[in-house]
Order: sequence, then C-alpha cells, then structure tokens
Amino acid sequence: MTALVHAASDTFVLSKRSLFKIRRQPDLLIGFTVQPVMFVLLFVYVFGGAIATPGYDSYVDFLIPGILVQAIAFGGFVTALGLAEDLQKGLIDRFRSLPMWGPAVVSGRILADVGTNVIQLVIMLAVGLVAGFRFSATAASVAAGIVLLLFIGYAFSWVFAFIGLSASSPEASNAYGFTILFPLTFVSSAFVPIESMPSWLQPVAENNPFTIMVDAVRALFLGTPAGNDVWGAVAWAVGIILVFGALSVWRYQRAVTR
Amino acid sequence: MTVQPAVETQDLRKTYGDVVALGGVDLRVEAGSVFGLLGPNGAGKTTAVRVLTTLIRADGGSARVMGLDVVGDAARVRERIGLAGQYAAVDEILTGFENLEMVGRLYHLGRAASHRRAGELLELFDLVEAGDRLVKTYSGGMRRRLDLAAALVARPPLLFLDEPTTGLDLRSRMALWEAIEALVGEGTTVLLTTQYLDEADRLADRIAVIDHGLVIAEGTSNELKARVGGERLEVRLEDHERSDAAAAALAEIGDGGPARVDGVVSIPISHRRGAIAAAVRRLDEARIAIDDIAVRSPTLDDVFLTLTGRATEPEDESEVEARTG
Repeated sequence: MTALVHAASDTFVLSKRSLFKIRRQPDLLIGFTVQPVMFVLLFVYVFGGAIATPGYDSYVDFLIPGILVQAIAFGGFVTALGLAEDLQKGLIDRFRSLPMWGPAVVSGRILADVGTNVIQLVIMLAVGLVAGFRFSATAASVAAGIVLLLFIGYAFSWVFAFIGLSASSPEASNAYGFTILFPLTFVSSAFVPIESMPSWLQPVAENNPFTIMVDAVRALFLGTPAGNDVWGAVAWAVGIILVFGALSVWRYQRAVTR
Repeated sequence: MTVQPAVETQDLRKTYGDVVALGGVDLRVEAGSVFGLLGPNGAGKTTAVRVLTTLIRADGGSARVMGLDVVGDAARVRERIGLAGQYAAVDEILTGFENLEMVGRLYHLGRAASHRRAGELLELFDLVEAGDRLVKTYSGGMRRRLDLAAALVARPPLLFLDEPTTGLDLRSRMALWEAIEALVGEGTTVLLTTQYLDEADRLADRIAVIDHGLVIAEGTSNELKARVGGERLEVRLEDHERSDAAAAALAEIGDGGPARVDGVVSIPISHRRGAIAAAVRRLDEARIAIDDIAVRSPTLDDVFLTLTGRATEPEDESEVEARTG
C-alpha cells in the first residue's frame, strides 16, 4: 500500500516538475500550440484544394481526425527531449540514487504529456471548427473518439520515453522522432485517401497503425463505417504501451549520465 | 565490539569492453571519517562511486554500504546515502527552492517537511536570496552548493561526493570545502573522489590513490606525502639530451632519486632554503643550460610519478567511454 502511494506521489511530483518546465520554456509551448494550428491551416487552405476525398463532405472533415492523431502522437516528444536532457545533465544519477519509485522519472513526464495533450486537443479542435470541421456522430461516439485520441497520445509517450532514454543527446532524440516516426504518419490515411497512392505503397499505408488509428477516430467523429478499426486502434495502443513501457523501464534501470 | 565500516568493498570489478574501470578494488571507509579516492581522469573513481550508490552493478566482487549489500539491498542503501557529483545534478528550469523541495518529496519526507528542509538548506548554503531564482541564472559555485544541499535533504549518514570542486574557481572551492568540513564536524561520513592532492589533503582522513582501476597506494595524507617526498626541485633543461647528466649533477642535493620526463628533471628536497642556488651552481659546473628552475609542492602528478614512475595521462577516448558506458 505505501509502495503504491509512493509511486503515485513520485509520479505526481515529477509531472509537476515537467509542467513547470513547459511553462518556463516558451519555445516548448509554441511546439504545443502554434505548430499544430499552423498545420491545420496549412493543410486546409494550401493543400486541401488539391486533395480529393470522395465520400467526405469536405477536406477539413477528412483532415481533422488525421491531423489530431498525428499531433497527439507527437505530443510526447517533450518526454524524449526531457529524458535525454536529464541523462546529459546528471539528473538521472540523482534520481536513481534516491529511494523513490524509479519508473516515476518516466511516468511523471508521461502524466504531464497527458495534460499538455488535452490542451493541444482543445486548441486544434477549436481551430478545426473555425475552419469548417463538423462532428457528424452521436455525442457518446465523439467522446469515445476523444478518449481514444488521448490513449493514443499516452501510448506514443512511451515510444518517446524509450527514444529519449536511448538517444545519445537531446538533439539525437529529436532527430530519431522526426526522421523516423514523422514520415510514417504521412504514409497513412491521415492526409490523403490511400487509393490515391501508387499501388505498391497502398499495402504499406493500409497496414500502418496510424491508418488504423486515424480511421478509428474518423469513424467515431464522423459516423463513417468503423469495421474493426476502433478495436484495432486500441489493440495497437495497448501493444505499444506494453512493449515500449517494458523497454523504457529496462533502459531507465541502466541509465547513467553521459 | 567493532564498529561497522560505512563502506566495505571486496575485489570490486567492472569492465567496459576492453577498458578496465575497476580491476579488483578493496576499500574500507570507517564510519565518521572522510575517505578520499584520488586519481586522474578515467582512473575508475566515478565507476566506484556509481557502484556504491547503486547506479550500476559491478561485474564481480561485493560491496556493502552501511552494512547493506548494494545489489540485494539497493533500495535501503538509497535511503541512507546522499550523492553530489561533478555534473551538478540540479534542474536548471526550477528554482533553487523547488529543486530542494522536489528532492525532499522524492525522499518521501512529506510536503511540509520538504518545504521546511529546503528553507533550512538554502540558509545553510548561503542561497536564501537566490532561492527563488531559476538555477540557470546561478554561477558554477552556487550550483555545486545547491547540488550538495540536495544530497543532504534527508540528512544521510553517508555522503558520496564525486569530484565536488572540479572546474570551480579558487574562492568557490574554498567555500565548498568549508561546507564539507562543517558536515564532517556533525558526524557525516564522506567518501569523496578528487583529482586534486590539495583537496584530498585538506579534507580526507585517509586517501586511496587509484589508477587504471586499481588502488596503488593507501594511507593518511602524511603517509602519502612522505612517500612522495614533500617539496620538489624542478629543472627544465634547454637541451633534453642532457637529462641524465643533470640528474647525476643534482643527485647529491636531493632527498631521493631524481625523475626525468621530457627534459624536466625533478628531485625531492628536504630543505627549500638554498636549494635553487645549489642546483644552479652544480648545473653550471657541469655546463648544463637551464631553461627554468623552481621549487614546488607535491601535486597529484608527483604522487603518480613516484608511485608509478610515469606522469598522469591526459584524458583519452577510451576513458570517456569508460565513464559513459
């Protein structure tokens, strides 16, 4: 029981620290707020006119679920940056020498990510609604979509935690995130219909977990046929959490200052 | 009844690839004492501290801290130790107060007690005025003091200080030394690593000299200095080829055998007075030209020269790897 209380309290103390940092580093705040807004505007007004999305009322309806999944999946990049910084500056040594619950160093950051993801989601949905996005499903279904988005964000935070604990520097962790994961989000149904891709790329895009997640959120927000997408998305998220959760804890236990 | 040692290691070993960081180290630190681990970069000091503070596991041997095994009882070891290091592990984006309070909470002292302790430590380390400023505005000396304060939050009976003053200016070093001495006065056991003989000399009751992962000498500061031979006369020659001749000419005024490195002949002396004049006279008679001549106090280099017959080596790639591995 005390162990559980300590684990929760340590996570809370360290998530407070992460949120302090975000408030005090304005460039990080821009990453959360201005950048996703720019993306929404860029795709709706610059690329949107050139992308045909048969079966959808407008491109903005097609786009918003996709861009939300992408943004929320990358909401965890601060976790990678933060952990890589802790490793570089010696804080990991201090934390690991304390009688605290070790995984809190990671779970505290991820809890903070959930908080920032909520803020990000609100901002992007507001911009999307202004740009013409409309929900066309029941309130319960939309609520389920929002919960699914936050769950996806939580899952990817664990991926970023592993990247941050494995990369040789904060810069390197940034590079891993944006050169490997970022392109993956584009080879999916997030921004264009898969049918518009060359035939050799279509199977890749169809089996990309991002496609399954985007289609699931679309189904929940717009009432389009869901098939197995919602359960598929949940299964992917759970799988990512299990694998990268275990990998992150394993890395943390061996982590020493570089 | 014998008092349990604060730290006891037996045949501690750790390798990183081909680099032997610890090659079988036996240490014994008595409770209430200050123990100095003296050695150059890459000697294995930081690795030893990391094993003892449960950050890494040794490949072989055993270590007990406050009577507890560092592997089997790691969690209980962590409750009894404080660690402050050369990296000044404090969070730049938090204030000094927030840093200390966070550490208190992570020791599970509770909110009110963490708050109170943070305030006490800021006062103790002369950081009250800076307490509400972000640490990124602190000077190097202030960061080290805060780092040391963070290690003391839970009043641990055993403190590990990994190169506490490396990279600090003289005034900050003195201030930190005084802070450490005050702690020792209250009965805290300290294991400190250092590259500086003067630091070990000033703070440590016993010193172990460590090189390439092995303890090559151990004793009190006076015992070590006796082996090094106190002050040395150092002569830099214009012609490096004449080192042997110069060593022969100086042999009689020395208090031990001369050492020759890169055209510098150095020899231990027992009396400072007249040493330079005597040396100049003898070298002049032997027609050996002098580039520079001086008497200086022993340094870590001298300890090494005496104990190993070679100078300390500059840090190289493999050592960086050993520390980071």
